[in-house]
Amino acid sequence: MDILSLFVIVPVLIVLALTFFAKDLKQARLISVVGMGIQFAMSINLIFAYIKERAVNTGIMVFTKDVVWYETFNIHYSIGVDAISVVMIALTSVVLLAGVFISWKIDDLPKEFFISLIALSSGVFGFFISTDLFTMFVFYEIAVIPMYLLIGIWGSGPKENSAMKLTLMLMGASAVLSVGILGIYFNSNADGGPLTFNIFEIAQVNIPVAAQNIFYPLTFIGFAVIGALFPFHTWSPSGHASAPTAVSMLHAGVLMKLGGYGVFRIAMYLLPEGALNWADFFLILSAFGVIYGAFGAVMQKDLKYVNAYASVSHLSLVLFALLMFNKTAWTGAILQSLSHGLLTAMFFALIGMVYGRTHTREISKLGGIMKVLPFIGAIYVITGLAYLGLPGFSGFVAEMTVFVGAFQHPDMFRRILTIVVVSSIVVTAVYILRMVGKIMMGPLSNEEYKDLPKATWFEKTGLILLLIPVILIGVLPLGLSEMIKESLQPFLERLL
Amino acid sequence: MNLESFLLMRSEIGLLAILLLLIIFEIFSNKKQKAAVIPFALILLAINTALGFLPLESGELFGGMFRTNALLYFFKTTLSLGVLILLLQSADWLKEKVVDENKASEFFMLIISSLLGTYFMISAGDFLMFYIGLELTTLPVAALVAYDTYKRISAEGAVKYILSSALASGAALFGISLLYATTGTIYFESMAEILTSSNLAILGFVFFFSGLAFKISLAPFHFWTADVYEGAPINVASYLSVISKGAAVLILMILLFTVFKTLMPVWNKIIYIVIIATMFVGNLFAIRQQNLKRFLAYSSIAQAGFILLGLMSVDQLGTATIVYFVAVYIFSNLGAFGVVQAVSSFSDKENINDYEGLYRTNPKLSLLMMLALFSLAGIPPLAGFFGKFFLYTAAASKGYYILVFIAVVNATISLYYYLLVVRAMFLRKNEQAIPYFKSPVYMRMGLILAAIGILVAGVYSPIYDYIFSISNTFLN
Repeated sequence: MDILSLFVIVPVLIVLALTFFAKDLKQARLISVVGMGIQFAMSINLIFAYIKERAVNTGIMVFTKDVVWYETFNIHYSIGVDAISVVMIALTSVVLLAGVFISWKIDDLPKEFFISLIALSSGVFGFFISTDLFTMFVFYEIAVIPMYLLIGIWGSGPKENSAMKLTLMLMGASAVLSVGILGIYFNSNADGGPLTFNIFEIAQVNIPVAAQNIFYPLTFIGFAVIGALFPFHTWSPSGHASAPTAVSMLHAGVLMKLGGYGVFRIAMYLLPEGALNWADFFLILSAFGVIYGAFGAVMQKDLKYVNAYASVSHLSLVLFALLMFNKTAWTGAILQSLSHGLLTAMFFALIGMVYGRTHTREISKLGGIMKVLPFIGAIYVITGLAYLGLPGFSGFVAEMTVFVGAFQHPDMFRRILTIVVVSSIVVTAVYILRMVGKIMMGPLSNEEYKDLPKATWFEKTGLILLLIPVILIGVLPLGLSEMIKESLQPFLERLL
Repeated sequence: MNLESFLLMRSEIGLLAILLLLIIFEIFSNKKQKAAVIPFALILLAINTALGFLPLESGELFGGMFRTNALLYFFKTTLSLGVLILLLQSADWLKEKVVDENKASEFFMLIISSLLGTYFMISAGDFLMFYIGLELTTLPVAALVAYDTYKRISAEGAVKYILSSALASGAALFGISLLYATTGTIYFESMAEILTSSNLAILGFVFFFSGLAFKISLAPFHFWTADVYEGAPINVASYLSVISKGAAVLILMILLFTVFKTLMPVWNKIIYIVIIATMFVGNLFAIRQQNLKRFLAYSSIAQAGFILLGLMSVDQLGTATIVYFVAVYIFSNLGAFGVVQAVSSFSDKENINDYEGLYRTNPKLSLLMMLALFSLAGIPPLAGFFGKFFLYTAAASKGYYILVFIAVVNATISLYYYLLVVRAMFLRKNEQAIPYFKSPVYMRMGLILAAIGILVAGVYSPIYDYIFSISNTFLN
């Protein structure tokens, strides 16, 4: 068995083990934590294996494998990774493992919870390793649909509506995407070759510009909805607010990154002329999303909504950077995906912990939590600072790279947009500092909060797991960004 | 013609033999032995289905009236498997409700006659044979719809069904006679050569198509569907929605691709509009349904719209995707109907509301229902996803991207109402949920077979590749 397919197979095996052997919460979480631990170890191993392989292998993708699936349509199960997928896989593993720790005490239908969570993860891993459009699309939908059950059963608030809205919007987007994929497929023989779904074979083809102009927006929007592109982001705040903690973490941390990844690897890479022709339109939308999300976050009263709107803002920044068409901005976009994935997962985990103890997420009702929950409070402050881009953490590295890259563009339109977008940093500082200050500092808002239980070992483990990479990226960004830059070469050749 | 060539009709002869054996059994069994007809009939049909997996040569009989080839043979085997699953699912209903009234063997005879009718219909080489098959398919089902004789709604459904089918058959027959008037032949092959797109031919085609559209319940010929499904016993509704619909779709496809090929510019536009209308009608009406039988009726109307997408590409790809989707659809719909049947025979409840909290009492049934509905909605890795995606591919291969776009919008709408059932089963908690019950053994076998079909038919690609390889058999 090759090193990559295991990422799909291990979750499936865990799901089977959970289905047949788990009897109660203890067994379910034991199986999940062991399984996700293996997954985590595999992804660490993958990083080192990738670095080693990269030194000798100069192909676009390494660890490639190709098995014919549907012969008549030329559909293959073909896999491979470059640095971008490797870091995304690592991110997924970390967030998943942390998510399992955070869900240590899930009481309602625990077995089903872990089954849905891990089934979802197999879709995510499959998505990141696929190099065949059809296979990728299959994995993409597998990653989305368990969300309905996860939010609907274990969520809070208006969970049924949020779950339905999220599922329908994302599946609707993937339906639009399927038209885009078919359009790409039927134009993949433009140079006289056979029809193919293979990404790198299509990348050799000059698809007619007229077709690109039609199918690029379909493909782009299909992916960008899950990447919270304005005005298709509306599923995100309500979905995240209703979802249980681990699901918010996984969804904002990992699933929304599928959008940026798909936009980059499929829409832009395969339809370069379409991407250039439509760049300004989507650039405006994403720039608007950055500002809109930031102001939206300022206005919120509920902690989860603050974070959900902040995610809209930060992920629009990823799309913004991708649409800037240069190496630095792209590196920044990937770093930002990574950094936001970790930080937003931490935020959601922390909010979950505060909410689990105080039973409220309203900012106005919370205050002085730091005094009773020092560990959670300290991490909250650190996360907040990292989120608003304090040097030394991943957020700074990512945003700095994005803005430097974006400003490199000589044309006036892009520069003005960049300046506008940069101003969102200030707004981010406003809502983060205000929120952190209000709920962590000051006098205790409620006498009942005096005896809140301290952070447990599994909560601490989950948080520290996420914090370590945040600091690592912040302190030592060079190795990572070099690795990513190498993998951007094929994109540069095709798009610029 | 020699005796061996009769073996080309092996599937039909097998069904006839079953019918005869059932009649003999009915005559020579006493009252106590009547219940034994259930395992007897099931075993016979299982043997006949299993024989269907042996290869059979292509050929013609009776001067071209009857023809068979690998694709038709595969399709017959699929239908037979579908009926087997359906009969497994209805065995317990028969045992509890019907055997006492001494009507169990009639039920089998009627279903198998109707199945025999579909075999003749799809194997027809001329319009006469086609019409005989069509009637043989329809008439027994009318009796079956009225099988719950003590229920008024069942009799009402039967009357609606027989009246609308009579009208449909009349329209089809009128169309056939007009076509005969223009070409002077009723044989498919010679008609395909002579037929030109004269006004009379087009008129004949339109009448003929309307007749067949009734059977497939395409909009705007769908009005009978929901009422009949609601009135009929669940397994009969299930039969109507998978077997008779599937067979009618296949023969429609064969005729459009061969006999009416010269009229393609005409029927292309008709089908285009019918697809859009059918999908929207089915989906939008399904949203409002509470009764699961009506719900599945509208869902199956919408599915018929999807199936027709394959007709837009008049080639091997379209044929293969249609046959594959029908096969997949049989499994998915039988899964859904099977669960409804199981729940209904335990508790007499058929509304979506009654399913609230079902997962916490009956997890396996709910899981299967979810799989079946997700397969109908087209969620990977279930078979329905592949079926739908390939149908989109077939339509897109001829450049009908706008049509595909409308179809995917409809797929999203359909996901909404399928999720309503999932919501009731999984998300809701209910003190008065249907309590845990263990389904009888036949029912479980029927459900497991459907589940295997849903899970395997998609991911296991050789099935589709095989269908594709035999799909060119009637096109040249």
